[in-house]
Amino acid sequence: MINLALSEKRPVTSVQVGDALPERELTPDNVQLFLYNAVLWNAHRIHFDEPYAKDVEGYPGLVIAGPMLGDWLHQCVEEWLGDSGRLVSIEYSNRAATYIGETLASGGTVIEVSPAAGEVRIEVFIKNAAGDVVTPGVATVMMEAQ
Amino acid sequence: MTTLLSDELLANIGRQSTPHRELVTRRDIRKYAIATGNRQRKYLDGDQAPPMFHVALFWDVVELEELTPDGVSIDSLLPKFPLERAMAGGLKIDYLKPVHAGDWLTATRTLADIYEKRGRSGPLIFYEVDMLIVNDAGEPVIRERTTRILR
Repeated sequence: MINLALSEKRPVTSVQVGDALPERELTPDNVQLFLYNAVLWNAHRIHFDEPYAKDVEGYPGLVIAGPMLGDWLHQCVEEWLGDSGRLVSIEYSNRAATYIGETLASGGTVIEVSPAAGEVRIEVFIKNAAGDVVTPGVATVMMEAQ
Repeated sequence: MTTLLSDELLANIGRQSTPHRELVTRRDIRKYAIATGNRQRKYLDGDQAPPMFHVALFWDVVELEELTPDGVSIDSLLPKFPLERAMAGGLKIDYLKPVHAGDWLTATRTLADIYEKRGRSGPLIFYEVDMLIVNDAGEPVIRERTTRILR
């Protein structure tokens, strides 16, 4: 497994508005979606019963669970942050459904740095293959001053 | 403007769920971390719970007969709304303390608000549910506000 944490602890002063977080390609499949919903005890058919999702609910395919997209926003921030701070708050919304078979991407951009408070705000997103942001959000992390 | 929200419906604002106490286990953390494609060892090994693990920990474990034919469990905190088709929603989560295997956590949900807006294709009902998660010392660990939209 690759070492995802930053190689060394970075202080808040090393972060600048406009810094981009590494993008990650996400290609969830039926197995992952099944395991995720099993872990939750979520039996909604739109996540595993393709004929039901298409014929009854009118979706083009199996719907990726909204909170899993939210989780990927957290992972994007935490992988970038490593041991240099702590994710303290996030706000996001699921704007559009995504489906098994789609290639998604997570990423983000630093939008605010408050060195005195040690606070950094990051705009995060999940995009679909067309480049549309399906899950926008804003995360707040606390980093050390020095 | 006519409203879909009767006084009777609005009287449900403030309604609270029975507190739910659950044990955080290494096995459940590992399952959650793997299923979400997490790549950090501390989560994959189950030492610490990743953020949003609480979503799985406090998802209602309902019995088969409590599920509707489409596999959904009815949220007993919510009243019957005059609109029923759920649209996308949003979350705001504050992480106040880390969560580790062995922790006992208690979640209490409150129906915090119900309001109406006019969308492009008709009225929309918004409702907000707050979840406060505390540890056994009574200290807040996670605060979450979910906003859902019905059309």
